Amino acid sequence: MKDLVRNALLNNKQPAATLGDSMTTILNVSDVTKTYEGGHQALKGVDLEIEEGEILALLGPNGAGKTTLISIICGIATASSGTITVGGFDHVRDYRAARNLIGLVPQEINLEPFETVMNSVRFSRGLFGKPRDDARIEEILKLLSLHDKKDSRIMTLSGGMKRRVLIAKALCHDPKILFLDEPTAGVDVELRKDMWDIVAKLKQTGVTVILTTHYIEEAEAMADRIGVISKGEILLVEDKDALIKRLGQKELLIELDNPIEALPEALASHPLTVSDDGGLIYTYDAQAGSTGITGLLADLREAGLHMSDLSTRQSSLEDIFVDLVKEDAA
Amino acid sequence: MNWNAIAAIYRFEMARTFRTLMQSIVSPVLSTSLYFVVFGAAIGSRIDQVEGVSYGAFIVPGLIMLTVLTQSTTNASFGIYFPKFIGTVYELLSAPISFFEIVIGYVGAAATKAFMIGLIILATAHFFVDLTIAHPVWMMAFLVLTCISFALLGFIIGIWAQNFEQLQLVPLLVITPLVFLGGSFYSISMLPPVWQTITLFNPVVYLISGFRWAFFGMADVSLGWSVLAIAVFMTTCLATIGWIFRTGYRLRS
Repeated sequence: MKDLVRNALLNNKQPAATLGDSMTTILNVSDVTKTYEGGHQALKGVDLEIEEGEILALLGPNGAGKTTLISIICGIATASSGTITVGGFDHVRDYRAARNLIGLVPQEINLEPFETVMNSVRFSRGLFGKPRDDARIEEILKLLSLHDKKDSRIMTLSGGMKRRVLIAKALCHDPKILFLDEPTAGVDVELRKDMWDIVAKLKQTGVTVILTTHYIEEAEAMADRIGVISKGEILLVEDKDALIKRLGQKELLIELDNPIEALPEALASHPLTVSDDGGLIYTYDAQAGSTGITGLLADLREAGLHMSDLSTRQSSLEDIFVDLVKEDAA
Repeated sequence: MNWNAIAAIYRFEMARTFRTLMQSIVSPVLSTSLYFVVFGAAIGSRIDQVEGVSYGAFIVPGLIMLTVLTQSTTNASFGIYFPKFIGTVYELLSAPISFFEIVIGYVGAAATKAFMIGLIILATAHFFVDLTIAHPVWMMAFLVLTCISFALLGFIIGIWAQNFEQLQLVPLLVITPLVFLGGSFYSISMLPPVWQTITLFNPVVYLISGFRWAFFGMADVSLGWSVLAIAVFMTTCLATIGWIFRTGYRLRS
């Protein structure tokens, strides 16, 4: 089954990465590689197209190359080869124009501890060449529920508040693309939900969001499209719903009046397993023409098994992701 | 030019100076005043005039240089090292600014602070000794150029340093000895001939000599050499910084 999943994914890689004609590409990453001095190849020819206004979640295990890719796009690291254009501007040759369009929220909470929130955000706005505009900054702070902390020193804020400051700093020059590198790493559930709300608000304002995460739940909750990266390679980029639908294996859970311990021989031809509570689990492909359920039910009756309840369960993105990355690592 | 970015860095750095006023300004002024008390008043009163200038006044340019060199170097090195240390350097690297603009911001702020301290020490010196400045324009020019040159050096150190120890190392082991041995407290003509020759390899000699000339019209080496020394030093620092930014040395992976 894992092979099936993997093949289905990889065979569909091409159309998934290409956007339709009606959409505007705001970021184009073409064949970008990165080899560090020690010889470690962090990126092996990454191609990626981001459509204006979308939210893309880049999923990948630790060390997959997510942060390296973002760092290269934002100018913090240099690519070994390949080209990147942001809003049509080459990110090296026209770095000013390209970087003006980008806001970056780094993974680590890197902030000047002794500065006030307002000063820190003012500094970021200035770096991006924008004239001082406290009214605009206050608007952003309000969006992030940070306004009442504007004169607080950063060192006095909680971890969640500091993360919001990082977002305010990234947004204060009104970028078109916002990179969120692991925005909810190490934050509590409540704050994570807040972060999702913030991203939803940003989407309404037309900002393109690219976030990296290894929380599948996060990608499922926020993203329009999902990219999976592992060992420096993008394994797929695809519409989230289509991905889950296409790859979703469904399970039919069958509870029995009289629990069984082993699978009767008469049912051996079906992809069945016995559940912990003595019921049966039937795995099938929801997209296939024939699910085989009708035949199964007939065989169950013939085998003398009486059902007490039926339910179905769809595999989550997490299952898909784990399969994909595990296969890649194999 | 991204002037707003330069202004943002400059203001941010200057705000740090004023936030840490005690450490930034009061402490160098206090330590220099102690030098005046000890060398100028207590010991200096027993030392003859040096080439027609009272010893207390003679050491003023050297003392200003001692503080200004150390301050411009440490300010600039800390200014760029701190963002590296706490990780906020990502902002500088991902902003639409050129390296040249980054240098102007950081070096400008560090030099400004050192310059202010230099002037404050000069004012303080007036309380202890009678002082007249023969060439005020040259004096200011030397002060400004020295502040900028050594702030450039400090910037290089800040990029190079990978920990706080390395950050302290150059000011402590290189600059302080060079300034002390560069004629801050004596005229190199007081040294034995061999040491006079050796001393000429110390670049700080040219700075202090030129600066002292601006005060008293007398110098260990000619004014031309002093100007040339600053020019060479500044060019070397600028070339090094240019190389750092081209290669991304210790900034970009």
